Amino acid sequence: MAAPVSRIEQVSVFLENRPGRLVEMLKVLEDRGINILAMSLADAPDFGIVRMVLPDSRQGVEVLHEAGFTARSTEVLKVEVPHRPGGLVDTVALPLSRAGLNIEYIYASVDPAPGQAVVVVKVRDLDAAEKALAVG
Amino acid sequence: MYWNKEAETMPREKLESVQLLRLQETVKRAYQNVAFYRDALDRRGIKPDDIRSLSDVSQLPFTTKQDFRDTYPFGLVAVPMNRVVRIHASSGTTGKPVTAYYTQKDLDVWAELMARVMTAGELRKGDIIQNAYGYGLFTGGLGAHDGAQLVGAAVVPSSVGNSRRQILLIQDLGVTALACTPSYALIIGETGRELGTDLAKTSKLRVGFFGAEPCSEPMRKEIEDCLGLKALDIYGLTEILGPGVAHECMNQRGLHLAEDNFLVEVIDPETGRSLPPGQKGELVLTTLNKEAMPVLRYRTRDIVSLYPDTCPCGRTFVRMTKITGRTDDMLIVRGVNVFPSQIEDALLRVDGLEPHYQIVVDRDSHLDELEVWVEVSEDIFTDEIAPLETLELKVRKELESVLGIWTRVRLVEPGTLERSEGKAKRVIDRRDLGKR
Repeated sequence: MAAPVSRIEQVSVFLENRPGRLVEMLKVLEDRGINILAMSLADAPDFGIVRMVLPDSRQGVEVLHEAGFTARSTEVLKVEVPHRPGGLVDTVALPLSRAGLNIEYIYASVDPAPGQAVVVVKVRDLDAAEKALAVG
Repeated sequence: MYWNKEAETMPREKLESVQLLRLQETVKRAYQNVAFYRDALDRRGIKPDDIRSLSDVSQLPFTTKQDFRDTYPFGLVAVPMNRVVRIHASSGTTGKPVTAYYTQKDLDVWAELMARVMTAGELRKGDIIQNAYGYGLFTGGLGAHDGAQLVGAAVVPSSVGNSRRQILLIQDLGVTALACTPSYALIIGETGRELGTDLAKTSKLRVGFFGAEPCSEPMRKEIEDCLGLKALDIYGLTEILGPGVAHECMNQRGLHLAEDNFLVEVIDPETGRSLPPGQKGELVLTTLNKEAMPVLRYRTRDIVSLYPDTCPCGRTFVRMTKITGRTDDMLIVRGVNVFPSQIEDALLRVDGLEPHYQIVVDRDSHLDELEVWVEVSEDIFTDEIAPLETLELKVRKELESVLGIWTRVRLVEPGTLERSEGKAKRVIDRRDLGKR
């Protein structure tokens, strides 16, 4: 089943594992009135990586750099999936697996339209993934 | 209690005349038999006859660890090799080791110096001493062994490791003295506690001779508490002899330097000038009684100061403080010498790192932990964890191959570590902060 898919920019930030570091980062965004549209936090033993979708990635990276954070923007896919059991399988997981593509990570957005969910998907070969998802 | 009362309590004046004779003899033999020293003295226009007083030692060139490496393996040997009866080597894991050579007379002197050390701890015939220094190339094992045997004590050559068996032997044999590194002494005590055995109560241990590693006062206290013995600090180094160069007496107030065998200087490490007693500086030692490998003005890189007063024990030899630091930031981690420069070299070989790092040494349940903090370069950072974990692994492998010990690597954000303007504080050593 084909799903509306688009390429977007996400912002990732390298964070040391220490209490308060996430707060400091979130404060930077708050101070600039930047809302977070989607977010995930991946953890390794000593550090974490925050990945977020912001309204304006370039501005987000700039603001974080100014505040001394290690941040950069990378391309990911945004996919709208039906908000029902099996929705993610049909629209994302199965098409990608059929195309022989690995999902690096996936996280959900907080602000979908009614009856819809929005997920952010990272696949190494974005072109191939986009094609696979468009075909369904 | 003295092993050699005449030597150990020699009046200052007499001691100095003995020292001068031996210094002149040493310089002469070094000049005649070691090309390295002959060249060094010739370059300065000094002849052995120019040494007319003890203060003339300041005319002699320094010898450094690098000189040992440059002249490896036989360049500093002053006797025909067929007179050498033993060869030891330092514990360094990279590059060439420092080798030390001994004639039979050197071994006899060494045994006597260690016998003095142990007699100062009231070890005598009838005692049983467990020697848990590593036996082998390391000077600790055989050095302590020969001294204890000379005293007439029964030696249990347990070497290092297998703590349960160490405890079994200490208890079953009624061992009264222990010789090992301070960190291993703590491991023995800790293992005893884990086994439900309080060695302070159940063993006959009375005294311990601990060296080859820094040992802070709180750590000494912990050793004494868990083993129920008096812990004496001993000092030595392969380049000069091995253990036996300096040691504490029962007063535990400074380490007596065996001045009849070594000429002691404390210098300003920057200018090389002699410092008066009481001032902190680098310990410089000249051997006065060694045949196979005489050493002139060896820069130990150990920071100490000398006590200006005399000790109530009656020994006239000057005392130095415990080692309070190193001029080169050398760390001893789990018995292995670690230089920050080695770590820096290893980091430079890995792409994706900023040239900023911090070394943190801690002692976690008595074992030294080495942690290296490095800044991740923004170039290598993307949105994925895997590349960072790969980087971390690469750094760890590189460090392990250079240092020979396992280290923890911690990736930190760029810009968070102190920048090296002049002297950056590259090393944080938490072991001596009084936790133990």
